[in-house]
Amino acid sequence: MSSRIFGSGIRRREDPRLITGAATYTDDLTMPGMLHAVMLRSPHAYAKITRIDTSRARQAPGVIASYTGADVNLNAMPCAWLPPNSSLKIAKYPTVAVDTVRYVGDIVAVVVAETPEQGYDALELIDVEYRPLNASLDPQKSCAPGAPQLHEDVPSNLAFQWTVSGGDVDAAFKNADVVVKERIVQQRLIPNAMEPRAALAKWAGASGELTLWNTTQNPHILRYLTSVVTGIAEDKLRVIAPEVGGGFGCKIPAYPGEFLAIFASRKLNRPVKWTETRSENYQATTHGRDHVQEVELAATKDGTILGIRARSWSAMGAYLSTAAPGIPTILHGLMLSGVYNVPAIKEDVYGVYTNATPVEAYRGAGRPEATFIIERMVDKLAAELTMDPVAVRQKNLIPKFENGHSVATGLTYDSGDYPGILKKLLDHVNYEALRKEQAAARTAGKIMGIGVGTYVEICGLGPSQVASAVGFQGGLWESAIVRVHPTGKVNVFIGASPHGQGEETTFAQLVAAEIGVAVDDVKVVHGDTETTPMGWGTYGSRTTAVGGAALVLATRKVKEKAKLLAAHLLEAAVEDMDYDDGKFFVKGSPDKAKTIQDIALMANLSWNMPPGMEGGLEASMFYDPPNFTYPFGAHLAVVEIDGDTGDVTLKRYVAIDDCGPQINPIIVEGQVHGGVVQGIGQALWEEAVYDANGQLVTGSMLDYALPRADRLPNIEVLSTVTPSPHHPLGLKGIGEAGTIASTATVYNAVMDALAPMGVKTLRMPFTPERVWRAIHAGGKSGGN
Amino acid sequence: MYASNFNYLRAGTLAEASALLQKNPGAKVLAGGHSLIPLMKLRLASPTVVIDIGRVPELRGISLSGGALTIGALTTHAELAASAAVQDAAQALSEAAGHVGDPAVRNRGTIGGNVAHADPASDLPAVLTALGATFHITGPGGRRSVQASDFFKGMMNTAVGEHDILTTIEVPARAAGQGSAYAKFEHPASRYAVVGVAACVIVNGGTCVAASIVLCGLTSTPARAKSGEQALVGQALTRETIAAAAGKVGTDLGSDVLGDIFASAEYRAAVAPVYVRRAVEAAASRAR
Repeated sequence: MSSRIFGSGIRRREDPRLITGAATYTDDLTMPGMLHAVMLRSPHAYAKITRIDTSRARQAPGVIASYTGADVNLNAMPCAWLPPNSSLKIAKYPTVAVDTVRYVGDIVAVVVAETPEQGYDALELIDVEYRPLNASLDPQKSCAPGAPQLHEDVPSNLAFQWTVSGGDVDAAFKNADVVVKERIVQQRLIPNAMEPRAALAKWAGASGELTLWNTTQNPHILRYLTSVVTGIAEDKLRVIAPEVGGGFGCKIPAYPGEFLAIFASRKLNRPVKWTETRSENYQATTHGRDHVQEVELAATKDGTILGIRARSWSAMGAYLSTAAPGIPTILHGLMLSGVYNVPAIKEDVYGVYTNATPVEAYRGAGRPEATFIIERMVDKLAAELTMDPVAVRQKNLIPKFENGHSVATGLTYDSGDYPGILKKLLDHVNYEALRKEQAAARTAGKIMGIGVGTYVEICGLGPSQVASAVGFQGGLWESAIVRVHPTGKVNVFIGASPHGQGEETTFAQLVAAEIGVAVDDVKVVHGDTETTPMGWGTYGSRTTAVGGAALVLATRKVKEKAKLLAAHLLEAAVEDMDYDDGKFFVKGSPDKAKTIQDIALMANLSWNMPPGMEGGLEASMFYDPPNFTYPFGAHLAVVEIDGDTGDVTLKRYVAIDDCGPQINPIIVEGQVHGGVVQGIGQALWEEAVYDANGQLVTGSMLDYALPRADRLPNIEVLSTVTPSPHHPLGLKGIGEAGTIASTATVYNAVMDALAPMGVKTLRMPFTPERVWRAIHAGGKSGGN
Repeated sequence: MYASNFNYLRAGTLAEASALLQKNPGAKVLAGGHSLIPLMKLRLASPTVVIDIGRVPELRGISLSGGALTIGALTTHAELAASAAVQDAAQALSEAAGHVGDPAVRNRGTIGGNVAHADPASDLPAVLTALGATFHITGPGGRRSVQASDFFKGMMNTAVGEHDILTTIEVPARAAGQGSAYAKFEHPASRYAVVGVAACVIVNGGTCVAASIVLCGLTSTPARAKSGEQALVGQALTRETIAAAAGKVGTDLGSDVLGDIFASAEYRAAVAPVYVRRAVEAAASRAR
C-alpha cells in the first residue's frame, strides 16, 4: 500500500464539488436576519476629507446604519512582519479613513442595508467633499526630495531601509574585469483570485462570542489579528475559512472589510456580510511586486561571478499590509545568490509609501524578483562576454550537495543538484540543435528567441526561531491531529488552510501510506479555528513542507501506539512485532495479523489495553522545521516575435522542477502549470497601471490582461528528485516554483530574440507596442 | 457591479416591444445583454426601464434566399459562426463572429445588440460595412431600411432611434469570384479589436474588379479604406499589389485614430496596413 499510494497520481477529491458548483464559499452563506455592508471608497489617490454627511443615505430604503471614520472605534490595522534593523515606520492604518484618504479605494464610509443593492444605491447619497492633494506613485520618486509626504510621521515616505550584505562587495567590484548593469522594473500586479474577498460576521450578543467566515489563507492568524483589532478575546472568536477560491498571497493579510463587518454585527446584533465587487477587488485587495531595482554584477572575463550589488525601491502602497515589509526584504534579498556561487552580495532595500493599493505577497513573493535579478544579470554577462548564457550558468553553478550549502547572504540551502537539473533540461530540448534551429530561423528572417532560467527558492517557511530573528510576528510551525475512529476511518485535522492546492487529497495519501488505510478512508479537515489545532496557514509553499511533516509524524505516533496495542493483543513482545501494509503481526506469522482497523476498534473500545495505555487511537504533532526547504529547477522558453506588430508568441515552455519526492505527480504538474502561467503573465501581459493622479487605469478584466489558454503552448513538465535532508519524507513544496522561474525565463527568451536588433533591455510586460517600438528603435530603445 | 434599480419588462412579440418602447421614455432594449448589462453594472447606464426582446420569435433565425442572407437581430455570435449558410455566403462574417469575445460572450451576445451598441472596437460593424449589409428597423413610423454606410453615425451612435428596434440584417450573398476575410489583432484582455480589418474582393479572370476594405478599432465608426480599395481594383492580386494597397490605408484613416494605454494611436495606425494586407490576402485566396 505505502509504495503504491505515495507517488500515485490519483484525482483530486476537491474537484467534483468545485467543478460542479457545489462548493460553499463565504458569499454563498446566508442566515436569518443577515444584513449587507457596502463600502464607499475614495475616488482620489490623496486628499483631505473636508466634509462628510451620511444623513441622506441613512434615510434611503433598506438602510439600517452607516458609519464614517469618526464612528468606528476599532484599533488600527496591524502590520505583523517587522524586519529588524530597518528603521521600520508603521504609519497608522485606520479601517475607515478619518480625515485623509491615501489611495483610490481607501474606505471612507460603510453602509449597512437589508440588501446589497439598497446599500449601493445609498452610497450614492453620501455627500463627501475632498480637497485633492498631489499624489505620489513611483517608489523611487516617492522617497526623493520634494515628493508629497503621505504620513505625518514618516519623512521621505520611507517605511523602512533594510540591507543584506555578505562577502566583500567592494573588493569584488574592484577586482572585476567586467561589470554589467541593469535597471529592472518589477511592475505592479493584481493577484486576481477567482473568488473576490468576502466576510460574514455573526455576533452572538448573549454569549459575547463572534464567528467570522472569511476568505483567508490563514484562519488562525486572522483570529489572532481579529482579537488585536476588535478587542474580542481569542477564546470567544471563531474564524472559519469555507471554500476559498484562490489566494496567491492576497488572502494572507487582514483587511478592513472583515473588521467592519464585525463592528457592524456587534453594533446591530445581526449577522453582517460583506462581499467585494470585482472593481473593489482590483482597487483594494492587495497587489503584488512594484519594485524598481538598480543592479550591478561583477565578473571576471572568463565569466566567473564575483559579486552583486543592488538597490531596490519597493512600493508598499498607502499603508503596510500585514506581511508586506517581509516580502521585498527577507524573502527577496536573502535569495540573491540563486543557484550560483556568488562570493559577495549587497542589496539596499527601501520600502516606500505610495498613493496606491497596499502590496502584499503575490505568488512567489520576493523570490521571483530575486530570481529575476540574478537570471537577468547572468544573461547580460553572457551577452557582454559573447558567451552562451548556458555556459555562464554552468561555470557558476553551485555543485551538487546533499546536506547543506551556505551562501553569502547567510542562508544554508538544504540540498540541490543544479548542474544535474540543467543538464536534464539541455538534453531534453537538445539545446545545441535548438540553437541551430534558431540560427536557421534568423537566416530565414524570423525573430526567434531562447531563454533559460534556473532557480532555487526558499520555502517551507520555516523555523520559528528564524521567524523571530527576521521579525515575523508569529510562529512558523504547523500542526496535525490524526484521529482513527472505531471503524478504522480517519479524520485528520490540520492547522494549515489549503484553498485550491489539493492537500485534502495529498494529505490523505500521506496517512494512507503511513498506516495502510485506504486513501478514501481518510478525510482532511481544515479551515476552522474551533475544530482544527493552531497553525500558521497556507502560503510560501509551506503546507506540505511543514504541515505535511507534522501530519506524517502524528501518523507515525498513531502507528507506534497501534503496534504496542497489537503486541498486547497478540500476546507478543513489541520487539517481535512486524508491520506490512496496514497489518501488525509477529515476525514470521503474517497470517495471524491485527489490521489497523482491528486495532482502531480495540483502542476505541479499550476493553483490553496494556497497563498505562490511554484509550482511543489519536495523536497530534506540532512540527517546527529545523530549516527551510529549497526546491529548484531549470526552465526554458522559446518565443517567436511578429516583426510587423511586435506580438510575442510563446512557442514552447519546458519546466523541470525538483520539489523532492512527489506525493501526487498530477497535483505537482497542476501546480507547475498554474505557477508557470502566472509568471508568464507578468512577462507578457499583466500590469496594474496608475495614471499620474493615482487612478487605476487597468481597473477591470477588460483592461488588465490575464493569461489565456489560447496564447499558451502545451507546457512540458519534467522533474528530478532530490530529497530534503531534514523533512521526514524529504518533501520540499511546489506551489510557487513555476512563477519564480517563468518570468525571468520568458524575459530572457524575448531579449534573446531581440538581441540581433541591438535591444539590450526592455520593460515588462512585453506588450506588442513596446516590442514593436524596441524593434524599430533597436539599440536606441529607452529600455526600462 | 450592482445596477441601479430598474423595471424589467419582457416583450412577447415585436409589436409589443415597439409599444412598450413608446410607452416608456428612456427605456433600453435588452437582447443578449452583453453590452447593456456591463454598462448598467458599472452604473455608466442607469435606465429606469429595460425591455427584454430576447424571446421575440420574429427576431430569430438565419435564411438565405434571393441572393441575400437575412439574419435576425437575436442571432448569437455562436449561431453565426456555426451556420453553414453564413460560412458560404459571408465568409468574413462567419470568421469574425467566431472571434468575438469568448465562448460565453458568443453564446449570449447577439448580432443586433452588437451593432446597435456600436462600440468602435467591435468586429461586426466593420464586417457588415465591408459586405454591404442593409439594416432593417422598426419604429413608430413603421419599417425602414438603412445602408451600412448610413447606419453607424458615431461612437456608440447608430441610426436606431430611441423608439426603434433593429429587426434584421441583410447581407448580400457571396457573388461569383468573391472572397472575404476578417483579420483581427485582439486586445489580450477585452478581446475587442485593437485593429480589425474586413476585406471583400471580387476577382474576375485573374483581375480584381471590386474591393472593399473596412477597419475597426482605429476610429469612432467603421473606416473605409478607399485608397486601398482603389489600388486593388484592376490589379491581379499578388503579394506585391496587395502590399502596395495596404500601404495606402494611412491616408484613409485621417488624424483621428484612437489610442489607449495598450496601443497608442501611432502604433495602431502603423500596424493597420499589416492587418489590411493579411485580410486582403486571405480574401483573395478565398475568391472563387
